[in-house]
Amino acid sequence: MTSLFEVVSEEASADTPIRRLTVTVNGKQHTLDVEPRLLLVHLVRQALGLTGTHLGCDTTNCGACTVLFDGSPVKSCTMFAVQADGHEVTTVEGLASASELDPIQEGFKDEHGLQCGFCTPGMMLSAKALLNENPDPTEDEIRWALSGNLCRCTGYQNIVKAVLRAAAGLRNQEDAGEDETS
Amino acid sequence: MTIDEVKIGGLGASRPRVEDNRFIRGMGNYVDDISLPGMLHMEVLRSPLAHARIKSIDVAAAWAIPGVRLVLTGEMMASRNLAWMPTLSYDTQAVLATDKVRFQGQEIACVVADDPYIAKDACEAIVVDYEPLPAIVNPTQAMADSAPIIRDDKENQQDNLIFDWEVGDKEGTDSAFAEADVVSEIELHYPRSHPSPIETCGSIADFDRATSKLTVYMTTQAPHIIRAAVAMVAELPEHMIRIVSPDLGGGFGNKVPVYPGYVVSILASILLERPVKWIEDKTGNLISTGFGRDVYLRGQMALRKDGKILGVRMHTDSDHGAFFSDAQPSKFKIGLMHSAFACYDIPTAHLTARGVYTNKAPGGVAYRCSFRVTEAMFFQERMVQGAADDLGIDQAEFRRLNFVRDDDFPHRTPFGFLTDSGQYGKCLDIGLEAIGYEDFLKQKEEAKNRGRLLGIGISTMTEPLGAGNSREYDILGIKMFDSAELRVHMSGKAILRTGAKTQGQGHETTWAQIVAHELGIPAEDVVVEEGDTDTAPFGMGTYASRSTPVAGAAVSMVSRKIRAKARKIAAHLLEVSEEDIDWELGRFYLRSSPDRGVTIQECAMAAYSNVPDGMEPGLENNAYYDPPNLTWPFACYIATVEVDPLTGVWDVLNVVAVDDCGVRINPMIVEGQIMGGLTEAYAMASMQFITFDNEGNCVGSNYMDYLLPTAWETPGFELHEVVTPCPHHPIGAKGIGECATVGGPAAFVNAVMDALKGTGVRNVDMPLLPDRVYEALTTSSDVSGAPPIKTD
Amino acid sequence: MYPSRFSYEAPTTVAEAIDLLRRAEGEAKVLAGGQSLVPMMKLRFASPEMLVDINNIPGLAYHSADPDGTYRIGALCRHEDLEKDAELVTQQPTIAAAAPVIADPIVRTRGTVVGSLCHADPQGDWASVMSALGGSIVAEGPSGRRSIQCADFVNGPFQNLLQPDELAIEAFVPPPVGARSGGYLKLERRIGDFATVGVAVSVESSGDQVTRAGIGLTGVGPSTICAEAAAELLVGQDLNPETIHRAAELASEISQPRSDHRGSAAYKRHVVATFVTRILSSLELATREAA
Repeated sequence: MTSLFEVVSEEASADTPIRRLTVTVNGKQHTLDVEPRLLLVHLVRQALGLTGTHLGCDTTNCGACTVLFDGSPVKSCTMFAVQADGHEVTTVEGLASASELDPIQEGFKDEHGLQCGFCTPGMMLSAKALLNENPDPTEDEIRWALSGNLCRCTGYQNIVKAVLRAAAGLRNQEDAGEDETS
Repeated sequence: MTIDEVKIGGLGASRPRVEDNRFIRGMGNYVDDISLPGMLHMEVLRSPLAHARIKSIDVAAAWAIPGVRLVLTGEMMASRNLAWMPTLSYDTQAVLATDKVRFQGQEIACVVADDPYIAKDACEAIVVDYEPLPAIVNPTQAMADSAPIIRDDKENQQDNLIFDWEVGDKEGTDSAFAEADVVSEIELHYPRSHPSPIETCGSIADFDRATSKLTVYMTTQAPHIIRAAVAMVAELPEHMIRIVSPDLGGGFGNKVPVYPGYVVSILASILLERPVKWIEDKTGNLISTGFGRDVYLRGQMALRKDGKILGVRMHTDSDHGAFFSDAQPSKFKIGLMHSAFACYDIPTAHLTARGVYTNKAPGGVAYRCSFRVTEAMFFQERMVQGAADDLGIDQAEFRRLNFVRDDDFPHRTPFGFLTDSGQYGKCLDIGLEAIGYEDFLKQKEEAKNRGRLLGIGISTMTEPLGAGNSREYDILGIKMFDSAELRVHMSGKAILRTGAKTQGQGHETTWAQIVAHELGIPAEDVVVEEGDTDTAPFGMGTYASRSTPVAGAAVSMVSRKIRAKARKIAAHLLEVSEEDIDWELGRFYLRSSPDRGVTIQECAMAAYSNVPDGMEPGLENNAYYDPPNLTWPFACYIATVEVDPLTGVWDVLNVVAVDDCGVRINPMIVEGQIMGGLTEAYAMASMQFITFDNEGNCVGSNYMDYLLPTAWETPGFELHEVVTPCPHHPIGAKGIGECATVGGPAAFVNAVMDALKGTGVRNVDMPLLPDRVYEALTTSSDVSGAPPIKTD
Repeated sequence: MYPSRFSYEAPTTVAEAIDLLRRAEGEAKVLAGGQSLVPMMKLRFASPEMLVDINNIPGLAYHSADPDGTYRIGALCRHEDLEKDAELVTQQPTIAAAAPVIADPIVRTRGTVVGSLCHADPQGDWASVMSALGGSIVAEGPSGRRSIQCADFVNGPFQNLLQPDELAIEAFVPPPVGARSGGYLKLERRIGDFATVGVAVSVESSGDQVTRAGIGLTGVGPSTICAEAAAELLVGQDLNPETIHRAAELASEISQPRSDHRGSAAYKRHVVATFVTRILSSLELATREAA
């Protein structure tokens, strides 16, 4: 049979369990046949070639693999791809539009919230989930919300500043939007 | 009109990082992101036992799994003379175990398959028959008479000793002690810790039969060292090996050594004639790769009753695991441990060091340590705290009394280093002011009366960064210079390549700033590349905070070579002689008529279109820089804490860091480095370590047990600066990446120990976990954290 | 990192799920949050032949009180749902105190309370909470439903009393006898760690008098320890320094911690006493302040 990392053909061996799934990733729908044991992070990275989501540990601690699953942050290394059937996944590649960066991304860049960049995609998505729910978080609330994402380089202080800046940026955007419609 | 250097991204500009553009989009290019046509995947089978004879390995079931392409064992490697490889410390290391397993997690076999799931299935199907042997987990066990010999593969090895080493003046120091009014003592274990960048190690080996060229994409901080090592080990010619280190998800010294996985993936690619990818899992990384520390330190300080330090004795026992594979300058068996006490004016000192083998992962020098300067400075500041307390002198006063004075440079340290500059007193003053020292001492007293335990810890130090000059520093005989190559295009844009390798330090941003400073070319007009041995000039890589001191200097020097040529071109363009020309940022002009001038860009264009007779066209050069000395950044770190006497839990109240790293190329990046270093200091002081039980089982081989602090536990940091330019560095810069990791831990530990003052406890080993602090408080005894773990 | 092969089913009704479990004859595991099961499968400590994913079964994500005060937590109620319920602090204070300290915020978006109870990790937090609250699991099988007291539910490390063809569909807490108060304190070295020591306390009182109490201890025994004698001591009394001290002592005595890399047995016993004291003292203070 062909490898787990390639889309499995219809002539796969009879005893290898295969499931078909349809998942929307960053707004685009994909239908794939996969083995149930394929982790969601590998679907994203290998089958879909979106390598911005990273793998950093074996024990569901580091959060480098964080994606948004129906808007909620999940550790994609701790879900099977088949569980995403019928659901929506957002990865770091889905943050920026064609023309603009997400305020989260701007915040991280402006406040030096990243160094090696490896934890950054997961960190930004957790931050984005926080801001979607709480547009004006305190420093404590930010640190609490990000406590499932490990960073080895920055010491977190600039990450907190980045999220505060993004929050301010989002509120400005909203205000600007309101001004336009009023 | 003069160009504003900060505006063009020169020195001192907190220029936003070039690297960020791809990282924030998830478009980084880490080794595991790379996919090559026909690529196969390799997994490693690791030993569950710490010390055992291998009686048999049965791989038949592994081969039978569909999708498995190759199963490699030690025996197969041995038939190709690849079961063992040389280390960076003139020892040998097993690639795949043959006769014996010497640490838990050691590589036993490798499987190459169509995907890593299948490779893992096959690893699980391999049956190994082990005969367990007693495991050794600390130097005392290692040197006991009855200890089994771990390295019985080495012909003349009669015991588990690796080396004995000493430095300093024994007689002079003995005399000093004879005259001492007070002798202060301390004994501690700096526990095994691990750099643990979030990204693990990995490689994609791609041997192309058609061209006989081997390309290896690898997580390495030192691609040129790897190329030389691969040439040696794989017996391939150096020019047919290309090492490419792409984006690295952190390094911290973990990605310097040559690991068995790299070697096996290379052999597999050669045998299968297909690319072979090996990406380590986190357990593999923590249990088998280059760790840091695991040193037992004891020492004494001879003191005069007025507070003057008369001499120091130090002894270290270092635990190197099963193979001596430390990445450090070859002349120094215990790294730069003897840089201890460099900021204090101490007339004499003596250090003895002994290294031993144990049944643990090999290494010891890694993890942001500047070649064991972390251990040196931690020991120094713990000793200094104890000494001040023994004399009854205030912590800050005691340090001030003994600091080398500002006008006392160059200064020869008691162990023979030459420091060239420093303002240690000023650094301390700024720190004390920022933390509110006097007020805190009052608060502490009041709190104590109400049963609350507050503490303040100071750590001051200067450390040697920028290995290093060719007289004293080499790795496997290769000198530790570094390099830069700069090519200026006709439009005045440029490409710069160096022998360094960034892992998050921002070289793509900062090296361009040096070029901007030297040539006036805006930093955004300079693209920086590192990491490909086919294109980058030879360098010894980035670790030990050596890149700004050495590679950065090379960038400066090559830029000056370019400027020298451009000057000649300018003279030609202006139709005057060189002596009539002056330089200001980005422009040569006629001294007698400053309005008449040519920009560096115009010189660049002329290099391709209008050079003077006899001159070669083009505007490019390279520079190899052999630093005359190390640089000496210095710092003062102060932490305040409160300890809960009922649980031993301690919280950080404030952290102040005052750093002098000379001229700061990019202040924002410098501060980022310091905060990252302080976090690792906090981590080691509070929760992060690797230990072992009596059977050699590793505790700390995954992120459930090896604890990195999260954003929630990590304190905030208040940063200050002092700037004392390095007198010998072309732009006055020093290293900085590791300073806070070197000096930070003692600030936290000293703070907690200060809160425990009065209990009579001299030492609690890191990490100061709640149960250890509680034990110290309630038993008034020292608490050791050395392995094996205490069980019922 | 890479689990063994398994087959996968995603039923859309409880009946379908139970039928799949029945036919698998013990070779299947239920997948709810997966935040404990999937890590074990990745390390190959668990290799079930089949996973029955219950996430597509509607109507299981609730957490609410019945009119009579019984508090029910459905099989798909995530830890996060409880953490973010602002009313829980008054309704179910012990649960409200525990929810935020389960694992980390990202794990809490998927992990479930019922799943955690079924997973029966010896160091699991929810088992202590349910033990203190006198909670129960509701299991549904081919022959109908039954309740199993949480205190009896675990019969070994990672083992529970469910039959192979039973699905745990909810956990519930019986109605209180009086006003509820309580807390959960967890000594962890860092967020995401298992408890070195965890203490769950639940008190129900009528005025000053304790009508019912429960104390559950995490991490100081082969599994959750129900400090019955310590809790019983409080019944019929009011909370005061003496009763609190005595209860703390008893709880500490009944715990069976082992010395390991998290600390000595003596230390863990001491923390048990300290945490029991702290929680009960804060409840006592709250009662005094309310009066």
